[in-house]
Amino acid sequence: MIKSNLFVGLIRTLRGIGHDFSKRIWRLGAGARLFGLTLAYSGESFRRFHLTIREVYFTGVLSLIIILVSAFFVGMVLALQGYYTLQKYGSSESIGVLVALSLLRELGPVVTALLFAGRAGTAITAEIGLMKATEQLSAMEMMAVSPISRVIAPRFWAGVIAMPVLATLFSMVGILGGYLVAVPLIGVDAGAFWSQMQANVDWQFDILNGVIKSLVFGVACTMIALFEGYDAPPTAEGVSRATTRTVVTSSLAILGLDFVLTSFMISM
Amino acid sequence: MERTTIDLWVGIFVALGLAALLGLAMKVGNLTTGSIGETFTVTANFENIGGLKPRAPVKSAGVVVGRVADIKFDPATFEAVVSLNIDKRYHFPKDTFANIYTAGLLGEQYIGLEAGGDEASLVNGDKITQTQDAVVLEKMISQFLYNKAAEPAAESTSSNDSGSASTKSNNDALGANPLDAITEPVKP
Amino acid sequence: MNPNIVELDNLSFGYKNRMLHQGINMVFPRGKVIAIMGGSGSGKTTLLRLIGGQLKPSKGEARVDGQVVHKQSRDGIYRLRRKMGMLFQQGALFTDLSVYENVAFPMREHTDLPESMIHDLVLLKLNAVGLRGAHKLMPTELSGGMARRVALARAIALDPDIIMYDEPFAGLDPISMAVICELIRTLNDALGATSIIVSHDVKETFTIADYVYFVANGVVAAEGTPDDLRKSDLPFVHQFVHAEKDGPVPFHYAAGDYKQDLLGFEAK
Repeated sequence: MIKSNLFVGLIRTLRGIGHDFSKRIWRLGAGARLFGLTLAYSGESFRRFHLTIREVYFTGVLSLIIILVSAFFVGMVLALQGYYTLQKYGSSESIGVLVALSLLRELGPVVTALLFAGRAGTAITAEIGLMKATEQLSAMEMMAVSPISRVIAPRFWAGVIAMPVLATLFSMVGILGGYLVAVPLIGVDAGAFWSQMQANVDWQFDILNGVIKSLVFGVACTMIALFEGYDAPPTAEGVSRATTRTVVTSSLAILGLDFVLTSFMISM
Repeated sequence: MERTTIDLWVGIFVALGLAALLGLAMKVGNLTTGSIGETFTVTANFENIGGLKPRAPVKSAGVVVGRVADIKFDPATFEAVVSLNIDKRYHFPKDTFANIYTAGLLGEQYIGLEAGGDEASLVNGDKITQTQDAVVLEKMISQFLYNKAAEPAAESTSSNDSGSASTKSNNDALGANPLDAITEPVKP
Repeated sequence: MNPNIVELDNLSFGYKNRMLHQGINMVFPRGKVIAIMGGSGSGKTTLLRLIGGQLKPSKGEARVDGQVVHKQSRDGIYRLRRKMGMLFQQGALFTDLSVYENVAFPMREHTDLPESMIHDLVLLKLNAVGLRGAHKLMPTELSGGMARRVALARAIALDPDIIMYDEPFAGLDPISMAVICELIRTLNDALGATSIIVSHDVKETFTIADYVYFVANGVVAAEGTPDDLRKSDLPFVHQFVHAEKDGPVPFHYAAGDYKQDLLGFEAK
């Protein structure tokens, strides 16, 4: 009797895993389809570019405070931590290089994207989920206006525009934060700080690659947020779950993509 | 909020982003200091390039005059073929000498050019014939140990001439000569 | 010209193992107010979505102005939808736009009218529903009845030939209900449009409808003018019109033997 119960339980678990897996694959396909549709409808939405500008305001400008404050602290911590390690090897002048390279290559794009997913991504998911729950998207469709060109595409492009701007500002402010800790606080020579940085930071390999990373993160983050909202069950619970999923999926996607992009860029 | 206000804010936002990018390029990156305008390419063969990497600087008298464009292996001569992009503003004689140096004890490696006395200048596609290989730390150390080992042996075999022999090996041990011993002879 | 602006011809719709409609035939003559009635979950709203082309029938067809809806391309469906206005159950106003912009929305999307003309038209439509004074408010500042009137103004923004109402009376106080009731009739006659009302409120619907269809168990159970139906001795219609709790629609959800259910617990 117990044996058969165990067997039934095992079968049920296996079936659950299979169901879960096939659902994920299905969602991946649906997300890719929405991405394709968004690109296809972009031309239509560009004709009303003020919609995109409006969304840049909501996703970009309103995220500015959290991004800049975080950047400042991240830069200061980097300088402090870096100094205590570097001074053991007597090369505390390299602190500028350490701060700049960490920010430009990794922390700028990645931390910005993670904060963006939490601040703007969830807002996008909740907004679209609610528009769906209150039949606003349906109403739009019945008015012969495509929600993809009117609602989805402007938000998508706004995210793609806002992310690199935010990431660049993050790196910039982070380096300033690092400077403030390293030079006035610790007493590293200002000239050495900047000259070492300038000698070792490359325009294309460090700065441009960072911008490219943040562009890719912008596409991924915004698309995930949009899809989760668009796909959310039209109930209060459905929207709240979708919002959580946005943060989880975006964070995993950012870190996974970061590894792929980094290895790709280094091998170039 | 009014559409014009939003437009203004977004304009400021994007302008800030562009300014930050420009700031990074100028103040943080080496776009201003390290940028090289039009270049011409010359090649140089080395038997050993050590840790030289593409994009490593090419310096003359300590000033960056170019960058390493490419490093290849020549299967016929078993040598490394290094292409150098050198700024068009600078002209170097045909018999310029190319060395691979190390910045500091453990720093990155770069190519140093020492001008010769030839009338004719290097032009695009030329080959620098006089080169000196990278110093490989292990080789240097093993050479040094070899010399050290040889020193007491020399002292014990000839007791008469001990004074002069020890002076010579002391000079070796002091460091200038081991470098000479392992560096390749200048190629014709 | 075809006297019927909308025709449902042997229309069936459903998901894999549950058919919602099985061969529905309805005609909607021009200029009339037609009601579709039935209990909750009988698929009345689905019929509106089939007419609007948001769903595809499994069998049969819905024709608007002689054109089969589900055989149209996307552009074709959008062209048909411009002849339709739809009032959603909760109004489905765009929460990020003001009352004025909500009514202006279809005009801005589908016409190139100058701003002054849009201004006049919007106030005209808002005046028709008695809310000209509320044009500066945001949807969140409106009561349920007002929101529905604004949504009605938006639905008639482009002078549609067909106006569809999804549960227009649900959740309204008696005064708002009377206002909406009056508006449906007067707007229909003023615009020369055809109105399709989906509702389960017998009293209000019977006062304004010219003809009523009863939907039950996926088929048209009864049809006729309100007077005919009041006198009808069909058991289902009688139960529905006179709001009796038991009849052909049973009080109990289908269940096993009561005694068995109660005693069965211990046997497990």
